[in-house]
Amino acid sequence: MTATSPVLRAANLSRSFRVRGTGQEVRALRGVDLTVPAGSAVGLVGESGSGKSTFARIVAGLLQPSSGELELMGTGVAGLPERRRRRLAAPIQMIFQNPRASLNPRLPVHRCVAEPLLAQGVRPARQEVLGLLDRVGLPARVADLHAHELSGGQCQRVAIARAVAGRPALIVADEPVSALDVSVQALVLNLLKDIQEESGTSFLFISHDLGVVRFFCDEVNVLYLGQIVERGDAESVFADPRHPYTEALASAVPDVSDVPDGSGADRSRRIVLNGEPPRPEQPPPGCAFHTRCHRRIGPICDETAPELLPTATGLTRCHLRA
Amino acid sequence: MTETPTTPMTETPPADPLLALDRVEIGLAADPQVRAVDGLDLRVAPGEAVALVGESGSGKSVTAYAALGLLAPALRASGTLRLGASSYDLGDPGALRPLRGGEISMIFQDPGTSLNPVMTVGRQLEDVLRRHGGPPRRERWRRVVDLLAEVGVAAPDRVARAYPFELSGGMRQRVLIAMALSCEPRLLIADEPTTALDTTVQAQIMDLLMTLVRDRGMAMLFISHDLGLVAGSCRRMYVMYAGRVVESGPVADVLRRPRHPYTKALVGCRPTADRRLARLPSIPGTVPPIGSMPSGCRFAPRCPIAVEQCRTADPELRAVGGNVSVACLRASEEES
Repeated sequence: MTATSPVLRAANLSRSFRVRGTGQEVRALRGVDLTVPAGSAVGLVGESGSGKSTFARIVAGLLQPSSGELELMGTGVAGLPERRRRRLAAPIQMIFQNPRASLNPRLPVHRCVAEPLLAQGVRPARQEVLGLLDRVGLPARVADLHAHELSGGQCQRVAIARAVAGRPALIVADEPVSALDVSVQALVLNLLKDIQEESGTSFLFISHDLGVVRFFCDEVNVLYLGQIVERGDAESVFADPRHPYTEALASAVPDVSDVPDGSGADRSRRIVLNGEPPRPEQPPPGCAFHTRCHRRIGPICDETAPELLPTATGLTRCHLRA
Repeated sequence: MTETPTTPMTETPPADPLLALDRVEIGLAADPQVRAVDGLDLRVAPGEAVALVGESGSGKSVTAYAALGLLAPALRASGTLRLGASSYDLGDPGALRPLRGGEISMIFQDPGTSLNPVMTVGRQLEDVLRRHGGPPRRERWRRVVDLLAEVGVAAPDRVARAYPFELSGGMRQRVLIAMALSCEPRLLIADEPTTALDTTVQAQIMDLLMTLVRDRGMAMLFISHDLGLVAGSCRRMYVMYAGRVVESGPVADVLRRPRHPYTKALVGCRPTADRRLARLPSIPGTVPPIGSMPSGCRFAPRCPIAVEQCRTADPELRAVGGNVSVACLRASEEES
């Protein structure tokens, strides 16, 4: 690994699943290019069925890609024997959505936290584990409790302590706060930000919540039906979305400032899409978004799949902008 | 593409409410002193959308269950429910039964678990109609298809014949809304109806609910933890913390100028797409467990402006002007 190589680079990454019994194929990821430079926080935004969790699982080695390339710390993983691959993936840790389900219910907290170190053949001193718990704001007495004795927010802190235990280069956080109450979300997001800034850990941050992504990420990738439809730095993607899907998504995020001020004009910014999200096993022909698009320009949208092309501030996959 | 309608509604607590909950207390049947809800009063006017807001454990959902007589056997409620001119004792769940599905309907958070997985949704809708004396048998299917069309299902014939697993989450929630509307209730209780849905689908369902409230003059009690959703849909709100209402009033006033420190913190701690901060404001500590409520103000241990008096005196909900009520000793001082 050289100083400049990104912690993660995916090129034309695809993954299909066969639906049992029907012979149908779901193309969960369709040629995704994505890079996480060292020290940065990259966001992956999408709704159910967009393929965002499939991507996370491939990065973590829980799934194999059907095709395409994946490089971790500058080394390609394709064709590596399982053992080498595991060693290569050791600096990658995951934080999952459901904090309680991601902790072993039969292990005390200190064992859960020590797990990644034990997997690397290192037995941490208790003091070190207590230090990790302290870092995520948990008192020492928590060390001997089990997951069921903790609140959801506390469980997520334990999961974060576990993720940072091995000083990872990359943390893949898959919806890390969406199961938590808003006041607890704020605490956990602040904690993740502290970790990122203090230790320079890179993040692949997956969420359906644009507000959360904007708070946390430098760059944002928007995924729709297994393809990236927009990429750009967090500021410009939200201030000036180039893809109609991003535009609808950004406008649909409920906001406290939506409260009417009596002028009657305040709610006009919201775009409510028509129709249902298409099923991933039957993506529409042409542009995958054309069935719900409020800016459809004509037959070209139904017939020709747009390319991901550069704009002034990033990339977009839309005939309108190309 | 449609725009979400604004709902013209009153902003004052109604003098002549459709629904009035008075002195609601919900505690453990085994130990009534352990209370999940402790002295709640709530009003909903005909045709009004009112929000009940709080985090997990605040008592908002359990309040809705009590109003429908659907509390778990381990819990017991007391207090009264008035619906129009009739009065009911919340301690007698059997008495509330006739209201359920007819006068008051409810939709739940997870549309996946509210439907029977082995029956088509059309059959399930037919069941509801039969149970509540709907149209005669041969007209029932027609009515089912009409109901599905009314909640914006594009192919109601096909959907009526589908099993729940064949439908998306948003479609299932539409089916449940159709079911809730089938008996033309005067009040719809919606408990986190969009939490399990994707953002763009959430916008569609909220749009549908607001249209129904506006066009049918149906009242809605909207239970949510999401202040953003509340801002866009309701005109009055109640904020609950640890089993009590800590602030109530018109949504515009409460969200623009929250007076209770808890409401303030809730409004401040949401990351939004409109502003970028280095760190989010947060609330230290956790909600006290219902068995061990602190004396005095229940928010005092986490409150940034608590004084000694807050730990001993229990603040009453009091009017502070502009139809806003706050249960905080320091609310007015802090404001000026």
